[in-house]
Amino acid sequence: MLKELRETLRDRRTLVNSLLIGPILAPLFFILILKLALSRSISTQDELVPVTVVNAAAAPNLVQRLRENGLDVTLREGAESDIRRWITDSGELVVLRIPENFGTRFSEAKPAAIQLYSDGSDSKAGKNSARVRDAVAAYASLIGALRLQARGVSPTVVQPVVVDEIDVSTPSARATLLLGMLSYVILLATLMGGLYLAIDATAGERERGSLESLLTVPAVREHLIYGKIAATVIMMLVSLAFVSASIAVSVKAVPLETFGMSANFGPDVVWRVFLTVAPFALVAAAILTVVASFTRTYKEAQSWLGIVLLVPTVPIAIAGVLSVQPQASLMLVPSLSQHLLIQGLIRGDPLPAGWALLAAASCLALGLALTWLAGRLYRREAILG
Amino acid sequence: MIRVEGLTRSFGAVRAVDGVGFEAQDGRITGLLGPNGAGKSTTLRILYTVLRPQGGSASIDGIDVVADPLATRRRIGVLPHGAGIYPQLTARENIAYFGRLHGLDGAALEQRVGELMSELDIAGYADRRAKGFSQGERIKVALARALVHAPRNLLLDEPTNGLDVMATRALRSLILRLRAAGHCILFSSHVMQEVAALCDDIVIIDHGRVVAAGTPEVLRAQFGSATLEDAFVAAIGDSRGLE
Repeated sequence: MLKELRETLRDRRTLVNSLLIGPILAPLFFILILKLALSRSISTQDELVPVTVVNAAAAPNLVQRLRENGLDVTLREGAESDIRRWITDSGELVVLRIPENFGTRFSEAKPAAIQLYSDGSDSKAGKNSARVRDAVAAYASLIGALRLQARGVSPTVVQPVVVDEIDVSTPSARATLLLGMLSYVILLATLMGGLYLAIDATAGERERGSLESLLTVPAVREHLIYGKIAATVIMMLVSLAFVSASIAVSVKAVPLETFGMSANFGPDVVWRVFLTVAPFALVAAAILTVVASFTRTYKEAQSWLGIVLLVPTVPIAIAGVLSVQPQASLMLVPSLSQHLLIQGLIRGDPLPAGWALLAAASCLALGLALTWLAGRLYRREAILG
Repeated sequence: MIRVEGLTRSFGAVRAVDGVGFEAQDGRITGLLGPNGAGKSTTLRILYTVLRPQGGSASIDGIDVVADPLATRRRIGVLPHGAGIYPQLTARENIAYFGRLHGLDGAALEQRVGELMSELDIAGYADRRAKGFSQGERIKVALARALVHAPRNLLLDEPTNGLDVMATRALRSLILRLRAAGHCILFSSHVMQEVAALCDDIVIIDHGRVVAAGTPEVLRAQFGSATLEDAFVAAIGDSRGLE
């Protein structure tokens, strides 16, 4: 009986196509975002930040200093109203205005004010003005130190406390922070892989009216539903294989090394991830089938299963908020155990094999229990609705 | 051979089937006739084992449908109401899938599917996806699917619903051929002419009860009517009057 159901799904080519596109596109999309985020943070460090300086003649040294700090300085003259107009015309513009009295106050060693104009609602302008502020602050503290020295005071007097930041994370562990979401992408893609089949084989079958014919066939009803679940599991495994492989390929495209990170996602990790998540597919397939069995139409099933898709995030999210450490008892929680195991694998610091077995066993047990429940549901005649 | 005795089944407060009893013989066409909601479909659904009766008994070829549903299902071909087929499969795959579920395999299955397709005139669209099929084409595929294991007994729930004149005629001649081959055919309809044109025996059901049964001649005589339709109206009227 199982084989026959697999056969039907093989022929539902349209569904299969939509399934395969999902798991391949999802990681690509994810990686694209990751890459974009990385390249943006790289660019903000290396890129020349444009700044327009008004009345530069009043502070030539400061302007020189800004240029040395990697700022792209443009000189321009205008009143305050002009400055506001410039910024309205180009949101990203950051304008530094040096007042006429800057020179006199500076040479009298009194605080010399300068005005920094920017559009606070523009994210890029915000970053640019922060860079300008840093450059000005660096210049100011340099001048301050020189003035103290000129008066015979050590500049260190004004630095009572200094913070030294020491990052002890290994390069891989740092990458894990970024790749932490990957385990969720994997779990979600696995679920998505079987979603349409689970709906089609239950609510869809009922909606089309083919369920009634199917039930008049000399087959034990439990076997029919086991076949449906088996078919869903297979779709999920295919989807899982695709998502793992496509992540492995696309992770290579991300310049994690520029941050001193290394992503541990070689072929060896790929098949371990596959083995880790495979038992989860049974739980997922059974839960989707059970839920979809309660619904009457395709649409109803879709809206319910949309909620079910969020269920595996719950333990991961709770664990994330409480920042729990991996421990054996957590291996009993499906999805969370997979999440922790995948994290371990990516970090290059795998959890004990016994834990992985425990996680697999608990998933299989839960999956079989749910499968049995689905079988019970199909024994009831109310299944026809 | 189908035998039904004192069958009852309620849904909540509604007594859908309330003591239905009749017999359908091999080599004869038996029509379950009655207005919408009379209990025809429920009776058939009990017979094809997707519903369980609350009282009474039903047997097919002497096999009790409640006690041994699997053996029952092997002996019946069913065309349920609506007759849903898989839209993503071709006509051939739809039929073959059910053949496999009935335990057919390999060359035997292929041969049987081929036979049915030429018999039912499906060959013209055998390898097209069922998605775009007309109602008539769909019914034919569903019927071929019901016949794939060569069952002795056929249960058809409103098979001519939604068919045009030509398709109805084709279906009618097919049913007559199946009768000639010695099958026991039980079909339900609310269309008088349908039943009059086809059936050897008629069972008129209303409000879950059999209100009259017999050959068309017997029914006409029983109600003193010239036509079967008058007899039908008289029978239904009788039962309505009894309430």
